[in-house]
Amino acid sequence: MIDPRTSIIGERLAKTRRIVAISSGKGGVGKSMVASALALSLARVGFRVGLFDADFTGPSTHIILGIPKDVQPKEDKGLVPAEVEGITYMSLVYFVGDKPAPLRGVDVSNALIELLAITQWGKLDFLIIDMPPGIGDAVLDLVRLAKKIEFLIITTPSLLAFEVVKKQVALLCELKMPIIGIVENMKRDNSNIIEKETEKLGLRYLGAAAFDQKVEAAIGNPTKLLDTAIGEATEKLEKGLGYKKGNSDAL
Amino acid sequence: MHEWALAESILVSVQQIAEQEHLQSVSEITIRVGALQQIEPSILQFALKQMSEGLLKGVKFRILKAKSTLKCRVCGATWQYSSKKLGKADAEAIHFVPEAAHTYIKCPKCGSPDFEIASGRGVWLEDIKGVK
Repeated sequence: MIDPRTSIIGERLAKTRRIVAISSGKGGVGKSMVASALALSLARVGFRVGLFDADFTGPSTHIILGIPKDVQPKEDKGLVPAEVEGITYMSLVYFVGDKPAPLRGVDVSNALIELLAITQWGKLDFLIIDMPPGIGDAVLDLVRLAKKIEFLIITTPSLLAFEVVKKQVALLCELKMPIIGIVENMKRDNSNIIEKETEKLGLRYLGAAAFDQKVEAAIGNPTKLLDTAIGEATEKLEKGLGYKKGNSDAL
Repeated sequence: MHEWALAESILVSVQQIAEQEHLQSVSEITIRVGALQQIEPSILQFALKQMSEGLLKGVKFRILKAKSTLKCRVCGATWQYSSKKLGKADAEAIHFVPEAAHTYIKCPKCGSPDFEIASGRGVWLEDIKGVK
């Protein structure tokens, strides 16, 4: 018995120039905020951007972006993601709503494969993936299924978070996965310890977002989010991604 | 239609297998659809025929149904999935992503959502008949 779904995933993602997984070994570091703000920042300067919330058991990008409940994907030989704030958007919340989705590893893999197989992303400059915390099923499956994937790693200034990030970096290096760099979120002082530790790992330090009390009030409001320290950091990240506009029509 | 996306994955998959196995022609493809995903065989059949080309043009598609068995990880109870016990919207969510079952279905014996989809989840290729 053969599962045919994985055969089509490469084709579904073929017109996406770059796939960027916003990831961290540790939870609570602001991955979803950075993923949402980065998608918004890229869309606002004219890139074609998709955002896929792969944190199935704790999805939150729909709340951060304030996506209205009546904005739904459309059926057309699969699912065509809805467009929100210039971003094509897909999440498991379209199927489970606000209810819990208690999924074990095999279920996470199956749901991920299903959504990758049926979502018609079309032409994109960037597909930003908001990853679940850790180095479990979603990371391993995306490494296997999304051949172009690159990782952007988020940490906080806490060495506790960074110790877990180091494990993730070690795994990704072992798997020979490209790592764009590390972003420090919720920075509270002038310490450069994370920057130094990042350099020790041989990775690029892509900047910091200061702890900003405005972030909480910006939940549900994309314009306000871009006006926070996270928004400022993701606008600068555009250069860190090392990608120039244009030519996506050639895909 | 969601069935079209799955039909496309079946055809790509068969094409890849035919190339790996050096098949010169393919005469029949057997597909099994599990009850949980509630795939409509007639729509899947139509989509497969419409999209078949090259080596797969004119091939016969056999679409067989399979019951879906769910097994509770807490109390061990097993039961058969039936969309009749669900609302239309919930059944449709499971149609798109069968794992949504963990949100809408509970073990009939102990009420837990922690169950295994033991069989009959989605769509799979069961057999390909061809000539090398």
